[in-house]
Amino acid sequence: MSLVLPADAGDLAEVTASETSLKRFLHGLPGVDQVGLEKRAATLATRSIKKDSKRWALDLAIRMVDLTTLEGADTPGKVRSLCAKARRPDPRDPDVPSVAAVCVYPDLVATAVEALQGTGIHVASVATAFPSGRSSLDIKLTDTRDAVAAGADEIDMVIDRGAFLSGRYGQVLEEIVAVKEACGDAHLKVILETGELATYDNVRRASWLALAGGGDFIKTSTGKVSPASTLPTTLVMLEAVRDFAAITGDIRGVKSAGGIRTAKDAIRYLVLVHEIAGADWLHPDRYRFGASSLLNDLLMQWHKQATGHYWTADRVTMD
Amino acid sequence: MMTDTTTTPVPDLVTPSWDYAPAPEARGIATIREHYGLFIGGEFVDPASDASFATISPSTEEHLAEVALADATDVDRAVAAARKAAKGWQKLSGAQRGKYLYRLARLLQERAREFAVLESIDNGKPIRETRDGDVPTAAAFLFYHAGWADKLDHAGLGPDPRPLGVAGQVIPWNFPLLMLSWKIAPALATGNTVVIKPAETTPLTALLFAELCQQADLPPGVVNIVTGAGETGAAIVAHDDVDKVAFTGSTAVGKAIQRELAGTRKRLTLELGGKAANIVYDDAPIDQAVEGIVDGIFFNQGHVCCAGSRLLVQESIHDEVVDRLKARLQTLRLGDPLDKNTDIGAINSAQQLERITTLTDTGEAEGAERWSPDCELPDQGFWFRPTVFTNVAQAARIATEEIFGPVLSVLTFRTPDEAVAKANNTAYGLSAGIWTDKGSRILWTADRLKAGVVWANTFNRFDPTSPFGGYKESGFGREGGRHGLAAYLAASDDVEVSR
Repeated sequence: MSLVLPADAGDLAEVTASETSLKRFLHGLPGVDQVGLEKRAATLATRSIKKDSKRWALDLAIRMVDLTTLEGADTPGKVRSLCAKARRPDPRDPDVPSVAAVCVYPDLVATAVEALQGTGIHVASVATAFPSGRSSLDIKLTDTRDAVAAGADEIDMVIDRGAFLSGRYGQVLEEIVAVKEACGDAHLKVILETGELATYDNVRRASWLALAGGGDFIKTSTGKVSPASTLPTTLVMLEAVRDFAAITGDIRGVKSAGGIRTAKDAIRYLVLVHEIAGADWLHPDRYRFGASSLLNDLLMQWHKQATGHYWTADRVTMD
Repeated sequence: MMTDTTTTPVPDLVTPSWDYAPAPEARGIATIREHYGLFIGGEFVDPASDASFATISPSTEEHLAEVALADATDVDRAVAAARKAAKGWQKLSGAQRGKYLYRLARLLQERAREFAVLESIDNGKPIRETRDGDVPTAAAFLFYHAGWADKLDHAGLGPDPRPLGVAGQVIPWNFPLLMLSWKIAPALATGNTVVIKPAETTPLTALLFAELCQQADLPPGVVNIVTGAGETGAAIVAHDDVDKVAFTGSTAVGKAIQRELAGTRKRLTLELGGKAANIVYDDAPIDQAVEGIVDGIFFNQGHVCCAGSRLLVQESIHDEVVDRLKARLQTLRLGDPLDKNTDIGAINSAQQLERITTLTDTGEAEGAERWSPDCELPDQGFWFRPTVFTNVAQAARIATEEIFGPVLSVLTFRTPDEAVAKANNTAYGLSAGIWTDKGSRILWTADRLKAGVVWANTFNRFDPTSPFGGYKESGFGREGGRHGLAAYLAASDDVEVSR
């Protein structure tokens, strides 16, 4: 097993050396108490973010959005429209920043790359038999290489939840490592699909597995399974990147995806990022929102802060 | 107009700072009068001596109101009013008494924000705690006991248990409204009438509760609220016509009360100090345990009798837990109690601040290592940084005496037996905490701890269905649950209690 780990990771490199040591390591991670975790998340959700600090948060949240369309009915036209929105979320107001990335299926990567040429906005593609991940490794790797060849500079892969839940951690790790290699220079986001992992202990184990496998980001969900992202699951994942950075010195990111629709929710997530991982993670390179409708609510709130008036939903574009 | 399609780039990666803007709760919702009288016989009356004392805001030292100082004459009036009301109150059916308690509970919920703001102003504790903790829990105690009022045959004292009569109650300043609810709700549900004295530094929510009693049409004299300091409390305790005394406060005062009542017919329950052990085993859910340690000792500035002031951590994880705890404490937000984002408010009084300061100085003198997060303290008011002592000896004063402030002493253990021995090695026995992922270890440890309340994988949680009270010098008697009713009832064949 070759691993994408910093040279001084020491113990971590050793624990991934065999299936047995990997299992021992993952099961040796401190447990997560559900009641305590959910209480902490609920308490942080009561933070009241007002005025300048709210404007700052809304601005940052827009910069952190991976504007996403992952529908069977997607067309090149819709993707181009989405890209236009990604560059200038509000064409009337140049102060509104661009989003971080546009996230599409592999066959639409080329369209997005063309539309975003020269903007600095990343093109992310889901890959590895998204969303179920139920395919052979060869197909998953080909899927990944296709997306990278088409110009995607970020790949959102899914882990094999079947293997993970059966305790075949080595297999999950090997796939992540192989996909990371197939990514080349593209950044890899590893989707844990926490809605299928069922327990917070599993979320913590899967997070460490993905980080050990070289994932640049760990991501909550595909958006295709309910529940998608929740505050407590994101909290556990933020703890994982925080602790991983403390051990290895290597800072990885977290992406919360699915079900985050309002600016209020987004700010709650940013409070978690701030108070759990720390201010170092308050940057689009280290935290992202995977969302489609969220951007519109952020825009509406952004303008409320700027002008003191609420827009109606009709004033923001649907795509 | 052509729309501009250039892109706004993402800024370079620099460590940003995100200072939350002040988010103060509107203080106008709480009306503070200039003067407060005593609440006796259903109305506010002037004290016999016309004496008064000031209550101030501990976070700003701002003068809030002048409050009547009750002397023995006033206490006598209040007890007489309670005695007069007792007959009619006892004659009501349980369901009728329950109706009044439900009404008080609902009114308290309706005016929750007002009570929360007033409590934060007068006590100094953060609005997050008064809004999400003190006030809803106070209402929950009223609701719970309202439900008991017509079911007292099932209180465990046989059929038709009798109320004791007039209850004299003295409560502390750390949870002014919540302690009032803990005292009044069971007393009223069981058919007693009360004379209650709130603490001298925090009388305002009790006086607002008096308005609630008027609003609820509670029969005059069922609840009487007299304000004052130690002498007023002593007058209640000493009054001949008081049938039962309930006191929550310091162990020293509790002992004095017990001495005074020895040989009298009066019944007594005491809820006193504590020096609780919070035991963290090496298989604990570490992140939640760190939260539990924070909740245990920094909740309410550590002004909690059941605070987890002694952290007993298994030696093998000591450094990791302390490191994580310190990192966590850096994120605590200390400041304006009315700011919705404040985690740590003001120390309740100059006197308490001095006690905390003296005891922590002793800690250093005794060789313990002191640490506090960097946080600025406001210029006005009474403030103390959250403080952690490591390298604390079991014999140190900071490990044995109740500090009643945001000060944690960290000790270690190697085996479960040692953890239990150290946890029990205290004059107190109010509460304890256990952190482990292993259920059998929770049960094993809880069985051996001499503490009235044992929390497992949580801390400082209060529920009206759960009896609360101490062992040893933490007092006796229980509040809450079925057990709490026994403190206000006698079996129908109890010869000492005459109707």
